[in-house]
Amino acid sequence: MKQSPDNSLLSVGIDIGTSTTQVIFSRLQMANTASYFAVPKISIVAKDVVYKGGIHETPLLDLQKIDMEAIRRIIEWEYASAGCTPAAVGTGAVIITGESARKENANAAVQALSGFAGDFVVATAGPDLEAVIAGKGSGAQQYSADNNCVVMNLDIGGGTTNIAVFEGERILSKACLDIGGRLVRYDESGIVTYVSPAAAKVAQTLGLALSVGSHANETLLSALSKKMANLLDQLLGLAPKELLLDDLQTRGSTPFSCPKPIAALCFSGGVADAIYFMQNDYQQYKDIGVYLGASIRESSLTRAFTVIKPKETIRATVIGAGSYTTTVSGSTIHYSPNLFPLKNIPVLRLSDEEERALFAGSLDLQGPFRWFLEQSGAENIVISLKGKTDVRYDELQAAAAVFARCVHAHLPTRLPALISLERDMAKALGVVLRQAMPERPLLCVDGIYAEHNDYMDFGNPLMGGLVIPVVVKSLIFG
Amino acid sequence: MPIDATMVEEAVTAVLREMNLFSPAEKTQEKEPSLQAVIPQITPAVPVVVPIAQLPAAEPVKQEENTAHKDFSDPQALERMLQKTSARIGVGKTGARLRTDTLLHLRADHAAARDAVILDVDASLLDALGLFAVQTKCTNRNEHLTRPDLGKIFEQETLNELLQKCKTGADVQIFASDGLSSRAIEANLANILPVLNDALAIHGLSAGTPFFVKYGRVAAQDTLAEALGCKVICTLIGERPGLGSAESMSAYIAYKPTVGMPEANRTVVSNIYSGGTPAAEAGAYIADLVVKMIEQQASGVNLK
Repeated sequence: MKQSPDNSLLSVGIDIGTSTTQVIFSRLQMANTASYFAVPKISIVAKDVVYKGGIHETPLLDLQKIDMEAIRRIIEWEYASAGCTPAAVGTGAVIITGESARKENANAAVQALSGFAGDFVVATAGPDLEAVIAGKGSGAQQYSADNNCVVMNLDIGGGTTNIAVFEGERILSKACLDIGGRLVRYDESGIVTYVSPAAAKVAQTLGLALSVGSHANETLLSALSKKMANLLDQLLGLAPKELLLDDLQTRGSTPFSCPKPIAALCFSGGVADAIYFMQNDYQQYKDIGVYLGASIRESSLTRAFTVIKPKETIRATVIGAGSYTTTVSGSTIHYSPNLFPLKNIPVLRLSDEEERALFAGSLDLQGPFRWFLEQSGAENIVISLKGKTDVRYDELQAAAAVFARCVHAHLPTRLPALISLERDMAKALGVVLRQAMPERPLLCVDGIYAEHNDYMDFGNPLMGGLVIPVVVKSLIFG
Repeated sequence: MPIDATMVEEAVTAVLREMNLFSPAEKTQEKEPSLQAVIPQITPAVPVVVPIAQLPAAEPVKQEENTAHKDFSDPQALERMLQKTSARIGVGKTGARLRTDTLLHLRADHAAARDAVILDVDASLLDALGLFAVQTKCTNRNEHLTRPDLGKIFEQETLNELLQKCKTGADVQIFASDGLSSRAIEANLANILPVLNDALAIHGLSAGTPFFVKYGRVAAQDTLAEALGCKVICTLIGERPGLGSAESMSAYIAYKPTVGMPEANRTVVSNIYSGGTPAAEAGAYIADLVVKMIEQQASGVNLK
């Protein structure tokens, strides 16, 4: 963060959704929560949304392309209206969600916009990530943590329904269905102008005549959205499962399975407003959003489960992106100067078995490392592992030797060795690694969980250099 | 030297007093104000509570008197609470008393705490780490516990021995001491020392010859720093054990300390053990503190 104390970060959230594009700014406040007599423990202690932008229609060039120039103008306008400059933004995320993530130029758009929005504004995409971000932004996760119960958040947007189940800090399951408010659109005279492939499948199953040019009558739209609500019932086991449910699972998302009983449901996304509040005009948006909201309100879902009110509905995802994507590393870490920011680094996760071998010094990491490096097409990769609770010195030496050999064989000396651990041991490993490879830049952080094939971003050090901001994310385009 | 029953009794009484198990009125009799001032609190404990599901059925107890299971309509909520605290919650009761299992755990933990105070550090550990041992003016464990003043000073011949065996004028002098928990030294020293040395070497700091001080108190570092002429002295010392863990160690670090200086001039890193800050990680962190102290020529509250 520039020109301001390094105990807070201005964070931007930008969501390019199926139907809407939004920008918010929030301030992340950090503090040392450990006692004066112990090793520092820096955490994000407050996340305050300081600016909520307008809700803009996502501009498209055609059905396959996002209008990047128009989105850029929206973002510039919101920055100016918030009184923020890209240089003042310390962190944040651009997320491209729903059907927008399936456009031809989705990847290019999100990368370009993240660069434009600030030095350490990261690009993210992927239905599972979107579900988690929305569930945090809606307040569902906080509710789960505060009330010690399992909460499912359903973020129902224009193109997709993103589902995440929280148990406090833990994410129990994720899912995404092609169910949304703008899967069917029509003009002033009720003539259908757009039918998504998913809506066409539902219509076909019901034997409804729905295609571009046909007339969108009340009965048809109502039947269609009732079926969609019924599919959510099916997902939660309230109705017998149909093949159609599998057909509507979003590409690149995880099949749904929840290991624990759900205590409460929370709805967010644009359609949520139509679930929580009765609407008079069902056709106000010239789509099926209000119909879908009403169908869900009348479905078994809302009778079988406790339904809680979200803190945010249509803005859940953008607030999640702005306030909940950035985390801070552990407070005892090791890094070389002038490394940051590092963006979009693919994650190679070690298995438990590999970890055991690593700390015994017998792991052959070179094969997997080279294979993953080639496979990912990236210049560098992060090695992610659990680490040990009370690591011994000989184990540190063994692990450092394995890493040093591997990195030496496969990375040019100018590139840093990147290691991310969960357990508190990064500074100690950094010291031992530093001696094993004195010439090479090094980043060794802990307090971070990253899965195989995730991506990581690392920002400039904060709090007097004690911590670095970290984003763990996916980059999956439909 | 041989220990008779009276000495053991005295020692246990002293330990109990140190552990605040006596009444508050007696607590004021604490003889070691410096240690009390700088050790913040009993360390967080390693959870010793057995999850409710694993608790054995207390057979001699009548079913209706054992309310442990009945009290929790949501055992998963209890599980989540147990993950957040090391306190002995959700253990149930038998009538007005603790259940046998809980009582045995308490007594075992109490015994471990007493052992940590009374037993000596395993000599083979010190040998393995290449540390020689010296002793403060205390002549036995009882004296160590009852005469904190003697735990800070040394016989002249001991100081002579140190001057003979140690490199003087180093940037950093590290030594370990039993303090109030020998277990803490046994559990952590082998992991912290080499990392600390490696980290100091990376920063280009010279380290003095490490050694071990038996029957030591924190302020012994003042006498030793004056004698050895180091810039920074770092004492790795066993913390007063709690019922949760007997293995917690602290590092007291001071820049050019002098005998009688204010306690506020010491920097302390407490809670070093497997359930707090892991020893190896603490070693790497302490090296950073030492670098800062040498840059700023200050320690304790004066260190920014």
